[in-house]
Amino acid sequence: MESITYGHVAPDFVDQVEMMSHANLSRCFHCLACSAGCPFCEDMDYLPNVIIRMVQFGMKEAVLKSSTIWLCVGCNTCSMECPNSVDMAAVMDSLRQIAVGEGIQIAETGIYSFHNAVVDSISRYGRTHKLEIMMRYKICEKEFFTDIDLGLKMLSKRKLDLLPSRVKDKKAIKSLFEMAEGK
Amino acid sequence: MRSMKKELSYFPGCSLATTAKENNASLKLFLNYFDIRLTDIQDWNCCGSSSTHSVNSKLALSLAARNLFLAPQDKPLLIACPGCFLRLGQARQELNGSQEKQKEYEKHFAKTYNPNLKLLHFFELLVQMNNNGLFKNLTGRLNGLKIAPYYGCMLARPPSMNKEKNHYGLIEKTMDSLGGESVQWPFLSSCCGTFLSVSRPEIAEKLVNRIMQGAIQSGAECIVTACAMCHLNLEIRCRPENRLPIFHFSEILSLALEGKASKGWFKRHLIDPEPILQQRQLIPCQTS
Repeated sequence: MESITYGHVAPDFVDQVEMMSHANLSRCFHCLACSAGCPFCEDMDYLPNVIIRMVQFGMKEAVLKSSTIWLCVGCNTCSMECPNSVDMAAVMDSLRQIAVGEGIQIAETGIYSFHNAVVDSISRYGRTHKLEIMMRYKICEKEFFTDIDLGLKMLSKRKLDLLPSRVKDKKAIKSLFEMAEGK
Repeated sequence: MRSMKKELSYFPGCSLATTAKENNASLKLFLNYFDIRLTDIQDWNCCGSSSTHSVNSKLALSLAARNLFLAPQDKPLLIACPGCFLRLGQARQELNGSQEKQKEYEKHFAKTYNPNLKLLHFFELLVQMNNNGLFKNLTGRLNGLKIAPYYGCMLARPPSMNKEKNHYGLIEKTMDSLGGESVQWPFLSSCCGTFLSVSRPEIAEKLVNRIMQGAIQSGAECIVTACAMCHLNLEIRCRPENRLPIFHFSEILSLALEGKASKGWFKRHLIDPEPILQQRQLIPCQTS
C-alpha cells in the first residue's frame, strides 16, 4: 500500500470518469465496504475507494498508472457491498479504457497482453480459442516455461481443443470490430 | 417420469463449447430427460468475456448484441454460463435504455430489435422445474453426498441490475431435495480469480486455495460449481494438499438420474472424482 502524494492535478478527470462510467462518485462516503469485500485488495497498490478519492482529486496520472485498475477483474463484489450503489466495476472499466486510449504506461503489462490475446482471438474466430490465447500470451510475455505441465495435462484431458470453434459468418464479426473502431 | 415439454433457444458460450464440454453435455442430457429441448443460436459468437469490456465498451456491446439479434424472438433464450448471462443481460439493458442505440444496431444487423426477449438463466429454469414437481421422484438419489455449494461471483451484479432475480440458495435447495447434504461455509460467493489465473497465477492460486481449504474444513466431500470458468480455475490452481473433487452443477443433477450420467464427463476432470462417486455409490454409465 502506497502513501499518496498530491501532485499534478487534472480537475476535469472526475467528469471524464463519471461520464464514461455513469457512476456518481460523490455518493461514495468512504465506508470501505468495497475495499473490504474486494478479493484482490491485498495485491492492489491503492484500495478501490482510494481510487475514487484520487479521481475526485484529479490525480489522473497516478490512477491510470496504478496496478489496481488492472487487478480488478470486474467480479462486481464491490458493487454488491456498496451501500450507495456506486458502480465500481464500471469505474474500473472506464479507467482502463482511458489508460489505453491515452497511451499511458500500463502497470500490469501481463494482464493487458492477456486481454489483447482474448480480443484478438475473438476478432479471428468470433469465439475464444483458449490454446491459442495461452500460446500468444506466453510468447508476448516471454513466459515459455511456466505451466508446461499444466498445459500438457489439460491437453491430455482434452480440456484444450487444438482447433478453434469458430463463427461461420466472418464478415459479421469483422463488421463489429469496424463498428467499435468508429469505421 | 414427469416431463415439462419446452422448446428453448440456447447460448452455450465459449467455455461450455470447448473446455467444459462435460458441463454442456450433462446440462443437455438433464434437460432432455424432462423433455426440454435446446436449439443452439445459429452461428453464435463470444459474449465478449471479461477482456472485451475491460478495454473496449463499444466492442463488448456489439458482440453481445449480435447474439441478441440472432436469437429466435419467439422463445426464451437459455444461458448456463453466469458470465455470458451477465454480458448479454447488460447489453440488453443498455439497448433497452436507449432508442438511439437500438436504431444503430437495427440498422447494422438489418433486423428489428425485440426488447422483450426473455433471457433465462439455467437456475431460473430449475426453479420452474422444481415448482412443476419434476424432482419429486428423485429424492434421496445423491446418497448423502456432502457438498460445498460454490456460486463464485455469479450472485454479484452491477447496481443497475440489483432488482433482477437472485438465485441465492438454489444449489443448496436443489442438492438437499435430491438427497445431497449442503455444508455451510464462508467462501460460497468468493471470486475464483478468473483470468488472473493466466496473467497473475500467484494471485489466483491464493484465492483458489483459500476457497479449497474452506471447503475441506467445512467437511464437504466435493464442491459443486455454477460456473465453468470457476470449475477450471479451482481444478488447475489448487495445490495437491487441498484437492477435493469439483463437479459442475449439471453433472450432479444428472447423477441423480440413475444410470444416465456419462463416465466420459468425469474422465475430463483434472481432479479425479471417481473415488467419491464409488464411495457414495453414484455410478455413471460406461459409455461416453
